[in-house]
Amino acid sequence: MKSTASLCRTPSPRERGERRGEGQQVCALADIPVLGARVVERPGHPDGNVAVFRTADDRVFAVLDRCPHKGGPLSQGIVFGDRVACPLHNWSIELATGEAVAPDTGCTRRFPVKIERGVVYLTLD
Amino acid sequence: MNARVPLTRPRLVVVGNGMAGMRTVEELLKLAPDAYEITVFGSEPHPNYNRILLSPVLAGEQTLDQIVLNTREWYEENGITLHAGKTVTRIDRARRVVETAEGVCATYDRLLLATGSTPFILPIPGVDLPGVITYRDIADTEAMIAAAREHRHAVVIGGGLLGLEAANGLKLRGMDVTVVHLMPWLMERQLDRTAAQMLQQSLEGKGLAFRLEAKTEALVAAESGRVGTVRLASGETLAADLVVMAVGIRPNVALAKSAGLHCDRGIVVNDTLQTFDPRVYAIGECVAHRGLTYGLVAPLFEMAKVCANHLAGYGIGRYAGSQVSTKLKVTGVDLFSAGDFAGGDDTEEIVLADPAGGVYKKLVIRNDKLVGGVLYGDTADGTWYFKLLRDGRSVAGIRDRLMFGEANLGDTGHEGQSRALAMTDDAEVCGCNGVCKGAIVKAIKAKGLFTLDDVRKHTKASSSCGSCTGLVEQLLMATAGGDYSAPAKLKPVCGCTDRNHQEVRDAIRDQHLLSIPEAMRLLEWRTPNGCATCRPALNYYLISTWPKEAIDDPQSRFINERAHANIQKDGTFSVIPRMWGGETNSSELRRIADVVDKYGIRTVKVTGGQRIDLLGVKKADLPAVWSDLGMASGHAYAKALRTVKTCVGSEWCRFGTQDSTAMGKALERALWRMYAPHKVKLAVSGCPRNCAESGIKDVGVIGVDSGWEIYVAGNGGIKTEVAQFLVKVKTADEVLEYSGAFLQLYREEGWYLERTVHFVSRVGLDYVKKRVLDDADGRRSLWERLQFTLDGEPDPWHEMSKARIDMRQFEAVAVT
Repeated sequence: MKSTASLCRTPSPRERGERRGEGQQVCALADIPVLGARVVERPGHPDGNVAVFRTADDRVFAVLDRCPHKGGPLSQGIVFGDRVACPLHNWSIELATGEAVAPDTGCTRRFPVKIERGVVYLTLD
Repeated sequence: MNARVPLTRPRLVVVGNGMAGMRTVEELLKLAPDAYEITVFGSEPHPNYNRILLSPVLAGEQTLDQIVLNTREWYEENGITLHAGKTVTRIDRARRVVETAEGVCATYDRLLLATGSTPFILPIPGVDLPGVITYRDIADTEAMIAAAREHRHAVVIGGGLLGLEAANGLKLRGMDVTVVHLMPWLMERQLDRTAAQMLQQSLEGKGLAFRLEAKTEALVAAESGRVGTVRLASGETLAADLVVMAVGIRPNVALAKSAGLHCDRGIVVNDTLQTFDPRVYAIGECVAHRGLTYGLVAPLFEMAKVCANHLAGYGIGRYAGSQVSTKLKVTGVDLFSAGDFAGGDDTEEIVLADPAGGVYKKLVIRNDKLVGGVLYGDTADGTWYFKLLRDGRSVAGIRDRLMFGEANLGDTGHEGQSRALAMTDDAEVCGCNGVCKGAIVKAIKAKGLFTLDDVRKHTKASSSCGSCTGLVEQLLMATAGGDYSAPAKLKPVCGCTDRNHQEVRDAIRDQHLLSIPEAMRLLEWRTPNGCATCRPALNYYLISTWPKEAIDDPQSRFINERAHANIQKDGTFSVIPRMWGGETNSSELRRIADVVDKYGIRTVKVTGGQRIDLLGVKKADLPAVWSDLGMASGHAYAKALRTVKTCVGSEWCRFGTQDSTAMGKALERALWRMYAPHKVKLAVSGCPRNCAESGIKDVGVIGVDSGWEIYVAGNGGIKTEVAQFLVKVKTADEVLEYSGAFLQLYREEGWYLERTVHFVSRVGLDYVKKRVLDDADGRRSLWERLQFTLDGEPDPWHEMSKARIDMRQFEAVAVT
């Protein structure tokens, strides 16, 4: 946790996109499967795509679609609780923080995401 | 501490700061970290330590610091008040207060008694003399270490495990040691006479002396007032500056008795570990449960789990007693004993004896099951035998090779690694996750791990393919003094539940459960929607138990079964179309070639299952690739029927006796789309030359002149397992019916991720024969149930909506 503090710090309200009108429209909440994810493509971006997850209670989280372990596409994993299991080697990633669950250590980048009137808004850099 | 913790919480007082009591507290903290204000009393002035490792401390192999399980900081961090070195002498159940000899009081809402046991003291003169001690705790160990510095002669009374470890340790510390034992041979409760005599010779070789069938009559003081002589009933006297009494232990019930709690051999508890006063729980060596007392760690830990669950207010889980087996290791001697090693009229023995070479092995078998054994000198296979014994597996099929150990059964890529102890610290134990021996040993020591699951959770070793499990168990045994994992039968499906696979399967069938949320609710899952381990298992159990009723949940399937293709390390997928019986033709090959060109597929590979693998397909292209191929799904991505491999058979081959290709195609047509607990591979060979390798398949069929031989439960994976002969039949229809019935039995009764080889070894080939061969009606109805399941099953590549494929997964979204 210590070594990845800079990546996992608590996002500021601005980063969380809490001010009205911030963030870019992605899709409707209903477009994401419950306990599933959708991939937001960023063609040509050096860090690759972003994955937007939907939990059983209709919250959304967005993290880089790349497991800190070996780069597995997290969007393809099984979502449970507030976590996703990477499809390649079954690392569990905490969606709210992007951190790997012990004993694994590592962190994947988070992105501010919110739902407004059933529409998902994402703030990319 | 958590801000949501209420100001006044119920108070839990624990009497006994040993392994059982603290394990309960640890389990409780895991379930409900803030439920209680916890106070712990312990007679010893130490935090909780691993009592089993006192012998290595005495022998000078480990230090006291190394065997501490919970440090004082741990108690502080968890907000636990520890009174170490204070003995509770009184319980006032009316006022709910405990009091120590020093007058320290604590009020409780729940009380946990974990007072352990006390060594038995022989009723002979002189036992109160200075220099006479028992062997139970750190103080005793320190007294022995101190005595060894100043004195010369030691007598250990009792030739059991504890006595011999004391004797061995004292000898290593330079004393002259004589062991006095009442019985005709040493460790009579763990060893037969032969093994005990070999042990005695070996210990004599190290300089220990023995007096067997010798009764101690009195301990006599020297001039100094300290003990000086041990007098035996034979009249012989032994010089003794130190006498260690190790003649057995008794549950420590004095405190409970004085508080009016019902006790017989121990403090009497029910299946929820409650005493006759429901506010008072008791656990560990001090209790009597269903008339039995336990002195081994494994049962204590099972009790701890149940007790913590009830203290946490969950109220699920019962302790139903433990299957008792003894597994032990005498310091300095390779020795292993388990179960009913003595045997009786209804048992058979397999014995290997090489006294000169220092090797002796005895395996005791009852009704085709290993029930006990003694190993001396070569204990490399001890963990394996113990597992066979614990799981109650039938050993009928491996009986002729049983004595030669696990490596002899075919262990691809792992030969010569059975001795974990001989490995260096940087040697890799777990090849999947790259975990070396040093890391595992360090984690076991530093984090106080006791079970295989603990090690898997903390180090990842043995958590992927599992082929290093035996090695990890050996490391556990050597480092923590034993492996206290529950037998597979009792293992919960995952951390979300206490239920094991069998209980879950039974509940789904008996209570007609049809959805994952319903199953989780009824089976009291602890997590809101499970995890990546239990959800795929539940999904499989539902759809296999209630075909056409339970609805498949794609989000509870691993990505491969959700996308109907195999994910690769770079996130692309591989596509393997079905080639019935391994046959193809020019138009299929042309379409494959066109697909390869059109979608820029980088690698085209012929698989081991006689098909063609297209690697590097982008997920978005999958539906178009399937459609362009126009071939059925090969299910190479699924826990389902994969291939039916065939040889060319009698149509072309000059040796062929049967048309194996046609038989293979018929089997594949009948069985494809069949989901199973794990992948299923078949093969059909046209003659006993067996070119299709039927001997290592889940179902292998071999054509002979007069019909077909069917073999089951082979495996060519991590561990090569040769398939076992099931039956010989005459016609192709019979091949379908018998093979189908066997597979349906596996589908209905196998545990998720259990291959046929493990299923058959768990239930026994005789059981399979009873269901598939002896019971003709049962066989036909198994086969019919399988056909009912598969009838109308969609091809996921071409009937996507019927297969409930979420097509959204193939399209990315873009920000606008």
